[in-house]
Amino acid sequence: MIDDDRHLDGNAIGGLLQVLFGREMTHELGCCGNCGAVNPLGATVVYVDAPGSVIRCPACGSVLLVAVALPTGVRVSIESLRWIDLAEIGA
Amino acid sequence: MERTAVRGRLSWLLADVVELIPETPRVKSIRLRVPGWTGHLPGQHVDLRLTAEDGYQAQRSYSIANPPEGENVTITVELVDNGEVSSYVHEELRVGDRIELRGPIGGYFVWEPARGGPLQLVGGGSGLVPLMAMARSLGGAAVPARMLVSARTQEDLIYRQELSRLPTEIPDLRVDYTLTRSQPDGWKGYARRVDRAMLGETTFDSGQNPQIFVCGPTGFVESVATILRELGHPPERIRTERFGPTGG
Amino acid sequence: MTFVSRGFKGRRQVEAAADRVPPGQYVTDDFPVLSAGPTPLILTENWRFTLITEANEELTWNWDEFQQLPHEQVTVDIHCVTKWSKLDTRWEGVSLDTLLAGVKTSARFALAYSHGGYTTNLPLADLTGGKAWVAFNYEGAPLRPEHGGPARLLVPHLYFWKSAKWVQGLRLMDQESPGFWESYGYHIYGDPWKEQRYAGD
Repeated sequence: MIDDDRHLDGNAIGGLLQVLFGREMTHELGCCGNCGAVNPLGATVVYVDAPGSVIRCPACGSVLLVAVALPTGVRVSIESLRWIDLAEIGA
Repeated sequence: MERTAVRGRLSWLLADVVELIPETPRVKSIRLRVPGWTGHLPGQHVDLRLTAEDGYQAQRSYSIANPPEGENVTITVELVDNGEVSSYVHEELRVGDRIELRGPIGGYFVWEPARGGPLQLVGGGSGLVPLMAMARSLGGAAVPARMLVSARTQEDLIYRQELSRLPTEIPDLRVDYTLTRSQPDGWKGYARRVDRAMLGETTFDSGQNPQIFVCGPTGFVESVATILRELGHPPERIRTERFGPTGG
Repeated sequence: MTFVSRGFKGRRQVEAAADRVPPGQYVTDDFPVLSAGPTPLILTENWRFTLITEANEELTWNWDEFQQLPHEQVTVDIHCVTKWSKLDTRWEGVSLDTLLAGVKTSARFALAYSHGGYTTNLPLADLTGGKAWVAFNYEGAPLRPEHGGPARLLVPHLYFWKSAKWVQGLRLMDQESPGFWESYGYHIYGDPWKEQRYAGD
């Protein structure tokens, strides 16, 4: 469990996730590629005051996603997400 | 049920500033009319973007304070020391200006009457904003609801008059207060930081299986959510939204 | 046409001392905290600093051994890629020249690594010649954990993300290997005077 005063929740990057996936994503479930914990993306741990946004697993602290605002646009790195649910969407 | 929450495309919209409402010396509400707004759910937020003449941009997220009402969107902004967006909103923005935003954003920290109750809200400081959108949407929904509000002083308590009026209009809503730093004469609420005893006395117990929304500064949310888990509420019933230490 | 927010200038200020402030930076009196992860709480009794050479030889100091090394006091300007600069910051630490003095290496690059997994890369030439320190005091007091305490790298002539907080050691390498932010598109070198913020700048 991450316990300090410097992070926000996944809600804080709801806009970025929505741009990325083309739909609301904070209520969708994601599975940490490191420890297997399953949480809604809105319940992840987010550091936004760094040079980019770093999204971490609330259980083990692994980096799930990193988003950096480059002059050309946003670069998103999917670091360690085993899966993400897209409810009500056919594969 | 509105399907706004799962609508996809997110683009920047130009909003008109309709009214500026001082809430406390450091908090202002901004009523906006947003042509093209698709509607929102209580708990959602918008991203606000400011652009300088040389192209420099700054972006921040603000919770929506009003229940769904057409193209109207109200945000409540606390002045942050050295905050470039909040100081612009407080010191420069006037009625008639336009401001860029995108939204609504979020589907996790949201509630609407159709989702049922009981509804438990716990807010600290300007963390009250998204909870207020939920409380304001209760109307005649007959959903049992409780709200625990923490502020430093009575002067820092946002929406004070409306909060004292709401339970008289909505009989199913109970509001409790704590003022952590100083209290006016004759104060009947709590006078300390939110703790286990206070949460035990004022909130629905876990047997009633409430949907819980906690919003405030990171330390406040951390401690409230921990106590609620200790009181037996399952983690998936406790939804949190932390307000950042920086930014603004 | 792009929308312009009437009256918005941002918090950037035009500074008179252009020779002190690199392009695109504004001066702040605060010391903003930028974190990509939780703040590790490291007790000095558990603290170690390790140099790992390209031949995998390790040289390690514990806190007491480290404190026996000659200290230097420096007053420097620091420049964060998020556009704040802070002038005349006072630090105390051990010069990398001192730490590297007894090390046999022909490596040209270093990767600093920290508690919590953060890394950043630098040419070894930027760590020697009185340009870099492992700093443990800031403004006369022990460096606070949110600013990288007990000890952080201090390389003030490069953007401040190179000055790794909670530094644990340096890995010396023949080849340059991008660190955390560098691998996501920040500049491999990061000279604030050339505004090398992003790859390609």
